Amino acid sequence: MPAFVVMLLVTAYPILQAIWNSFFKYRLTDPDNREFVGLNNYVVSFGDSVFWSAMAATVLITVITVVVELVLGFIIALVMHRIVIPRRTLRTIVLIPYSIITVVSGFTWLFMYQTDTGFVNRWTSWLPGVSDNYDWFGSFWPSIFVICLSEIWKTTPFMSLLLLAGLAQVDTSMEEAAKVDGASWMQVLTKVILPNMKPAIMVAVLFRTLDAFRIFDNIFIMTGGANGTNSLSGLIYRQTIDRTEIGLGSALSVILFICVLIIAALFVKGFKVDLTQGRS
Amino acid sequence: MESRRRRRIAFVAAAATAASLGLAACGSDSSSGGTTHLTWYINPDGGGSDPAGGGQAQLAKECSDASDGRYRIGIQLLPNSASDQRQQLLRRLASNDKGVDIMSIDPVFVAEFAEAGYLAPVPEDKQSTFTDDVVDPAVTNATWKDELYAAPFWANTQLLWYRKSVAKKAGLDMTKPVTWDQVIDAAKKSDSNVGVQASRYEGYMVWINALVEGGGDHIVENPGADGPELKFGLESEGGKKAAEIIQKVSDEGVGGPAMGSTDETTTLDMFQNEQAGFMVNWPYVYAALKGAEVDWIKDLAWTRYPQTTEGTESKPPLGGIEMGVAQSSSKQEQAWEAVECLTSKESQKAYMLGTGNPAARKAVYDDADVKKDFPMAALIRQSLDSSGPRPLTQYYGDVSSGIQREYSPPGSVAPGSTPKQATTLLEDVLKGDALL
Repeated sequence: MPAFVVMLLVTAYPILQAIWNSFFKYRLTDPDNREFVGLNNYVVSFGDSVFWSAMAATVLITVITVVVELVLGFIIALVMHRIVIPRRTLRTIVLIPYSIITVVSGFTWLFMYQTDTGFVNRWTSWLPGVSDNYDWFGSFWPSIFVICLSEIWKTTPFMSLLLLAGLAQVDTSMEEAAKVDGASWMQVLTKVILPNMKPAIMVAVLFRTLDAFRIFDNIFIMTGGANGTNSLSGLIYRQTIDRTEIGLGSALSVILFICVLIIAALFVKGFKVDLTQGRS
Repeated sequence: MESRRRRRIAFVAAAATAASLGLAACGSDSSSGGTTHLTWYINPDGGGSDPAGGGQAQLAKECSDASDGRYRIGIQLLPNSASDQRQQLLRRLASNDKGVDIMSIDPVFVAEFAEAGYLAPVPEDKQSTFTDDVVDPAVTNATWKDELYAAPFWANTQLLWYRKSVAKKAGLDMTKPVTWDQVIDAAKKSDSNVGVQASRYEGYMVWINALVEGGGDHIVENPGADGPELKFGLESEGGKKAAEIIQKVSDEGVGGPAMGSTDETTTLDMFQNEQAGFMVNWPYVYAALKGAEVDWIKDLAWTRYPQTTEGTESKPPLGGIEMGVAQSSSKQEQAWEAVECLTSKESQKAYMLGTGNPAARKAVYDDADVKKDFPMAALIRQSLDSSGPRPLTQYYGDVSSGIQREYSPPGSVAPGSTPKQATTLLEDVLKGDALL
């Protein structure tokens, strides 16, 4: 019971406080005017193109990164699964990007793509028609490209390790039986390995989707949310911390919270992911 | 039994130690032995926290020493950008933090802090001390609704920096006031660039405001009004001309290869590396170029900020730092006494020589040491006197963010639509009908 009370305080209190704040117009720079506005903060949020732009950028980044990470992560997991000798060393090396703090990796990618000083432009300048001063952060798609690349570089190792654990659970005798029956490598992969790995894949995709949907730091560092690259978390930061609009920021936080809940529910119910058993 | 007794003794000893440490901490917090301990939140200025670094940390030590033990000033370093400084101070002030006494505040945020009731008004007997012989725009920025809330400390302004050879090649007569159109044309003609700050940040707002002010108009026409009543001048003649200039710099390709990502540092790099023949920037660049020992330093020259409209005096940007005292401070009397020392003519001179940040007091510019280190001192003072401050409104953060959003990237700016879109957005945001 005491543990339950502590958990309730730590988990539920901030959520309930955010929900409560979202019904008020309240700003830190106008502390004497706290006005109950009902659902107005939600109406303003849903009625604004900035919200939908942030939602679109968030979904786009989530889809791109999760799909690419899944494919790359699976390939890396397959390679690691087949390599016998320095497997532990290999796993440690693969984990290096994931262990780097996002702020540090974000700045590193930012410097690499800087117009004047970044070495990417120096490498690509020999290509015909490519400017050696290309502005990677001056418009939407190049910015999204670099942001996604940074995310994929950092989080693919996490995905590959989750998938590697799934691969280890596939019954090797089934693979061998299929091979004896004359199945090609692709048939073994699609008919034996992948179906048996479905629970691990679903759990990995769920974790990464929830994580990617809350993207903030890389965007904050690279573009500051300019050129339509702001995410939902970035929008919440801007309203709550920058503008000190506590009510509006709380409403957006609640919306993000509900989005994350819906994604989790879709995976758990729709795709029948069993988080406790790792089976579907 | 013995071990239980030992444990009890150890517990009592630990509790006594903790209690005494706590009491000692309390004692050193405010006043011990008649000395009041003040905490000054400073912006980074190159001097760091070194009491011999020539910055605010050094002034804190010197004024503490000169107080004969009445007060000692400790410093706390704020983040780099003005926006982050504002956020950190706001959070502390909103929580009634007793640990904040003196604050270095960007001039544009004085109104917001004062309106929220977070700043203590300057005591009447100190007002003339803080404002006599100070450039007018810095005093204007320290004043909110006819009440003085801060002491001008240093006042920054921008100049037009250029290379004599590039201007000569383009046939531009720099002995007379120049316009933005002339500078852009000259850069184009000489196959050079103009360094401007057009990344989506406060520096871009500084440029846009200077352009609008230079056109004889104001971004906010009734600065003291409540949010929904604010009137914007972006669609005025000055506002449209400002948008035309931004569009022209972008369209002519003279803003550099990544104009939408330029800030003060990148424009200085462009200028230093001879990619730009012209640049608008703060006076710190003179010391930076000298320090970098550029081989073309004799080709360096400066003049007044370009005119928006030919024949109308330019309104150079105004920056700097104002010094405020927190309303929540229980040591306001000593804090104002310290501010008096920190903003004295002697302190401002030392600070200008130590960090390159221009003084707010006019008399400093007549000093022989200052004239020697700053050959452009007279121009800085003239620019400060005739500068165009950014909008003085408690909603400055929203106004600035909204304009940055609509005017970014600079390549998308269109005089026929951008000023109108920005005005509509700001009106909606201030009515509470839109996000930023």
